[in-house]
Amino acid sequence: MTASSTPSSPIAYEARSLLCIRDDRILFEDLSFSIEPGQALVLEGRNGSGKTSLLRILCGIRLPESGELLWDGEDIFKLGPEFHEHIAYLGHKDGSKLDLTPLENLRIARGLGKAREGIELEEALDQVGLYGFEDIPTRNLSAGQQRRLAIARLLITDAKIWILDEPFTSLDRKGIEHMERLFEGHLNRGGMAAMTTHHRIGFKEEIQLVRINLSER
Amino acid sequence: MIIRFFHQMGSPRYFYNVAGKMIPWFMAGFLITLVLGLYNGLFVAPPDYQQGESYRIVYIHVPAAWMSMFIYVVMAVSGLISLVWRIKMTEIIVISSATVGASFTFLALATGSLWGKPMWGTWWVWDARLTSELLLLFLYLGIIALHSAIEDKRVAARAVSILALVGVVNIPIIHYSVEWWNTLHQPATITKFDKPSMDMSMLIPLLTMAISFKLYYGAVVLMRARAEIVERERNSRWVQELVEKEAK
Amino acid sequence: MSTLSLTSAFSLLLKRDLVLAYRRRAELVNPMLFFVLVTAMFPLGIGNDTKLIEAVGPGVIWVAALLAALLSLDSMFRSDYDDGSLEQFMLSAHPVSILVLAKILAHWLVTGLPLFIVAPLLAVLLNIPASAIPTLMLTLILGTPVLSLIGSVGVALTVGLRRGGVILSLLVLPLFVPVLIFATDAVKTAIVGIPTTAQLSILSAMLVGSLVLAPMATAASLRISLS
Repeated sequence: MTASSTPSSPIAYEARSLLCIRDDRILFEDLSFSIEPGQALVLEGRNGSGKTSLLRILCGIRLPESGELLWDGEDIFKLGPEFHEHIAYLGHKDGSKLDLTPLENLRIARGLGKAREGIELEEALDQVGLYGFEDIPTRNLSAGQQRRLAIARLLITDAKIWILDEPFTSLDRKGIEHMERLFEGHLNRGGMAAMTTHHRIGFKEEIQLVRINLSER
Repeated sequence: MIIRFFHQMGSPRYFYNVAGKMIPWFMAGFLITLVLGLYNGLFVAPPDYQQGESYRIVYIHVPAAWMSMFIYVVMAVSGLISLVWRIKMTEIIVISSATVGASFTFLALATGSLWGKPMWGTWWVWDARLTSELLLLFLYLGIIALHSAIEDKRVAARAVSILALVGVVNIPIIHYSVEWWNTLHQPATITKFDKPSMDMSMLIPLLTMAISFKLYYGAVVLMRARAEIVERERNSRWVQELVEKEAK
Repeated sequence: MSTLSLTSAFSLLLKRDLVLAYRRRAELVNPMLFFVLVTAMFPLGIGNDTKLIEAVGPGVIWVAALLAALLSLDSMFRSDYDDGSLEQFMLSAHPVSILVLAKILAHWLVTGLPLFIVAPLLAVLLNIPASAIPTLMLTLILGTPVLSLIGSVGVALTVGLRRGGVILSLLVLPLFVPVLIFATDAVKTAIVGIPTTAQLSILSAMLVGSLVLAPMATAASLRISLS
């Protein structure tokens, strides 16, 4: 519930009194928060409490019934594509083409966003543990590997805020830990995140978490 | 001033109350003009020197055809407003207009076909206006089908708004192309209703009927909009208060 | 975003869709086969009357082209919707209408262009004189992109629906009428040996108009379908 950011303060993503209605049911109302660099918003709540809806609203894919979303003090719907270069979204669906190879998939993802300097596509694949799988059709990868590929997509663009809907689906425990380190790296670089997960998050202590429970409001 | 008006009308509760007061006036106006128009058209106006008495169906056919176009334009304009400014009330106007518009289009087609039987000896002729009207009916049906297929009402309203806009851009092109097609293949058809030669005694009942249909449309849209508002806002306090008051 | 990266995003997406189509190349011939089959059905339905077949030929070819275009439209955004790629496009740093244009172009190259290629064969089947075949080809190359462009709006509006296909035909077929009228009229006029500049320029105008307007409407529709 912070007031509007002054010019000197760092870039923040701010939500003001969001109202979300689905099938005539109010999922949440008068929801306000702000995310600052290095912070991760963690959404909790029962199934159907509106976590996915809120993440999609934060992306700008879904419209809130009422309320405002401000990126650095400006309405995201007015910013349009200019806002999109700051966000990377990992939804329920991976967003990869199964008929293309991981490398081809990443090349498209980089072309659609704003490319991050100083990271090669192969390097990103290596970081998520897909080294050696660059040229195999994505169809032939396991579900966990396909999820890793989707996470690699986050690494290659210059997005400041990562919006992650159950990012650990299909990953094994080692994979989860490994991905947590990648997310920490993003936050330590001054990135932001908004995420849901059924898994207990094992981030290092210095990471600042903003928890919102949508069922207990 | 205008902006304030839109915002007030954009508030569902305000609209509900104002619409409730306006409906009786619209209905009364509709009935009066209907009786006047029909009486003047069917009994007072002179018979056509070529077509005899059967031409009198124009008093239904022509205003219905006008309405079919008019309603589509209203839909497109309110669609544009609801897409750009996200005003709920115009969304509701888009949706509630579609069925009325389709009905008028159907009425225009049916009366056109009835009129065609004594004139041409067949129920259906691929006359340019009738064909355009038929395509307009298809456009309306597409809008109704799309609206009923999308579960989320607000998403449906926005989707239908886009479709109405696409349609309104296309209608002149469709109309022009049908006319082109018609003059090429059936050069001999008589133009149906020669407007310039129309006598005042024929024109006045025609215009009365046009006004009558517009008032009817206004009344129906307001009624449907009220029903839609109550359904959409059924969780809000004022609707629940309203229901309690009605129940007493 | 600079224009350079925008054009590269456009060509990247175009190439992606063409590569995807190539990897499923067995499906490439289907719209073309459908086009040929539907056309071949008409003489069987009408009867073996050369004069009559000749008279209805241009109309038959164009109605078949309309149906073939309609049939293939559904695939334009379907797989991208199913696997979540479409969401990623919506969140791209580039204007969605440009990305949509790349997808429409790819779709037309894969499904519309084959109709153009096979058209002379159908013209022969329906006794259309050789002198009118160039006009037929011209109408197809000007008209089928319009079908893809107008159709893309309909697909975008119905992509999230379970039974979108039937509704799609209801939405777009009436909008296809002007193309049908001017294209068949051009071919018929060419058969008689009269110049067809008027019809062809109207078709070109429709192409330009839909090139400008359709991608924007499609982008807006996709945004609505995904919300």
